[in-house]
Amino acid sequence: MRSKTTALLAAAAIGALAMAGCGADTSDDNKGGDDNKGASGGELNVLMVGNPQMKDIESLAEEHFTKETGIKVNFTILPENELRDKVAQDVATQAGQYDVVTVGAYEGSVWTANDWLYNLQDLAEKDTEFDVDDLLPAMKGVLSKDGDLYAIPFYGESAFTMYRADVFEQLGLTMPAEPTWADIESLAAQIEGKVDGVTPVCLRGLPGWGENMAVVGAMIDAFGGTWFDADWNAQMNSEGTSQAIEFYVNLVTKYGEAGASESGFTECLNNFTQGKSAIWFDATSAANTIESPDHSTVAGKVGYADAPREDARSGWVWTWAWAVPKTTKNLDDAWKYIAWASGKEYEKTVGAEVGWTRVPDGKRSSTFEIPEYKQASAAYSEQMQAALNQSNPEDCGVQARPVPGCQYMAFPEFADLGTKVGQELSAAIAGQKTAAEAIAACQVLAEQVSEQKK
Amino acid sequence: MPALIFLVVVTQIPFVVTIGISLFHWIVMYPNDTHFDGFANYVAVLRDPYLRAAIVNTVIMVVTGVLSALVIGTFLALLLNRTFFGRGVVRTLLITPFLIMPMAASLMWKHLIYNPEYGLINGVLKWLGNTFGFDPAQPEWVSGQPKLAVILVLVWTWTPFMMLITLAGLQAQDPEIKEAAMIDGANAFQQFRYLTFKHLRQYLELSTVLGVIYLLNAYDQVFSITQGGPGTATTNLPYQIYVTIFRGYDYGRGAAAGVLVVVFSIIISNFGLKLISSLNNVVPAGGRKK
Repeated sequence: MRSKTTALLAAAAIGALAMAGCGADTSDDNKGGDDNKGASGGELNVLMVGNPQMKDIESLAEEHFTKETGIKVNFTILPENELRDKVAQDVATQAGQYDVVTVGAYEGSVWTANDWLYNLQDLAEKDTEFDVDDLLPAMKGVLSKDGDLYAIPFYGESAFTMYRADVFEQLGLTMPAEPTWADIESLAAQIEGKVDGVTPVCLRGLPGWGENMAVVGAMIDAFGGTWFDADWNAQMNSEGTSQAIEFYVNLVTKYGEAGASESGFTECLNNFTQGKSAIWFDATSAANTIESPDHSTVAGKVGYADAPREDARSGWVWTWAWAVPKTTKNLDDAWKYIAWASGKEYEKTVGAEVGWTRVPDGKRSSTFEIPEYKQASAAYSEQMQAALNQSNPEDCGVQARPVPGCQYMAFPEFADLGTKVGQELSAAIAGQKTAAEAIAACQVLAEQVSEQKK
Repeated sequence: MPALIFLVVVTQIPFVVTIGISLFHWIVMYPNDTHFDGFANYVAVLRDPYLRAAIVNTVIMVVTGVLSALVIGTFLALLLNRTFFGRGVVRTLLITPFLIMPMAASLMWKHLIYNPEYGLINGVLKWLGNTFGFDPAQPEWVSGQPKLAVILVLVWTWTPFMMLITLAGLQAQDPEIKEAAMIDGANAFQQFRYLTFKHLRQYLELSTVLGVIYLLNAYDQVFSITQGGPGTATTNLPYQIYVTIFRGYDYGRGAAAGVLVVVFSIIISNFGLKLISSLNNVVPAGGRKK
């Protein structure tokens, strides 16, 4: 019953919103919104994705934001996919329920292109305390259009290689500081079968544009491939792309975790923290779980290296960021909230009250200078910073693209295409198809998108 | 009368709105390109190979899922209908799977039972292997048999439901009729065949129809265990609709697929109902009609 009911209700809600939207004041006259009532307080509706860092902010806001500014904050927390849909509806239908919403790097780009979000550049520059120059270039890159920021990062991540230093030492192996994918394969071959209960690698195989395609997308960049060339020609069967896909399928089926086609980020995180994999290429945000003795049996035994490369690095940039939909009437209050939530002081508050490993990191260079944070993240913060600094969403891989984005491509149809391609590749690693068959099917899917975009 | 109007508004308006949306070209990412599109969405839906795969998968999951749950549920109900020591505890234990939230149950199956690295099945195999000195196979349950893996969880969840309804039916049976049959010299099988089964008929019909409706909408299991993969092996209609709306942002096509599912469920439930009734009519109820 659930899903049908949900689908119907959602549809009904869409209808209702659409009707409400027609009657609502949709003009831009309220830009700059003078609803600011100073310390006497206004009210903000904030919609956030339900990640741990967001839950921390919910518990800190009353004490550290509302008391100071008098602005009451009503939080709505939703899982990632529902959040995407909810914000898309709210913004597309001009319903204007929310003053601040969290957007991922992908939505940030797509929605900015649709002109749904306020340009926050001036506000950020005027606010000297906020120190916009402190934001990492990769984060600015992924959230800007024509050099102007349309969303402010709350935390950011890139990707790097994590490996079991103890296993490597035991077998007399060395992980290069900047490994190639060929290095990873040959190291995997040397680990295979040597340590009981440990598979050489763990790589995501669960279908989804935000699951296996994050890893494969990054590998496509590294092998010199691309989803589409600059003229929107589908390139799934081009040399670089197919090479990357074949390499991935081969690596996972030969050396990967058991049940790879249903393993996503969470499953690999489990595998790795339980000591069942030797090498894992994934998000830098995994590191603070790996180094937490409460959640990991391998804390202190893990080494970190750069993201593997071939023709280019397989880096990626992802962030959850604050954006202000153009439908809000509270731009000034919204900015106050964003400046607090993404400010330097907030990080220190989290460190002192919740713990230094919980700091929403990866967005400011000053974070890496805080002594307590440095100590808490000593094992990985240097490599994390290096990975973030080397990733540029405008300049991924070696081929020119029609739109920006590393690992994903910032156009609306990508989520759907990425999910379907992800399904094809999961079939390939489950042994239902050969890599060549999967590549041919992916090319057909990409050509359909190509026809619409040209 | 006001209650009736309320009921109509609450239950039917969303469906009418869905039908309305299904006639529009509406991709939320292109807000300026929404227009009436006739039946184009329906054509696109029916021509979509992913949706066709989803229809086939849905039929397989519903038919095998409902039949297995029904057979096992009836069997358990027959056992539970006898008095024995600890019946209350056994009944509670048997009902438990139905009370666990589907999402939690699916995650439990995926991680604690199926997982090839640290799951229960392979763990037991390994333990047996170590104990008896052979090299145990460590199959990948979900990627090897994705459909079966999902159907097993569905059967596990819905068997208690079938069992409860059948048990209610069994307990509503008048013991005097059975006594009479016994005096007339009917053996246990004859009693079941000509009395109990006939009495259970409407309860079995009800479980089938409800089971079909619920299993047509199975979503949590697919979402959390396989995300529809590998390939399209476990993509059923609800999951495909989810992907269309939430990944493709294509509300028009999603609504069209939703309408088709509703039509589909009505057809299947009617068909299921007729099938059961006709099966029962074949059984000559002792040559007599009630």
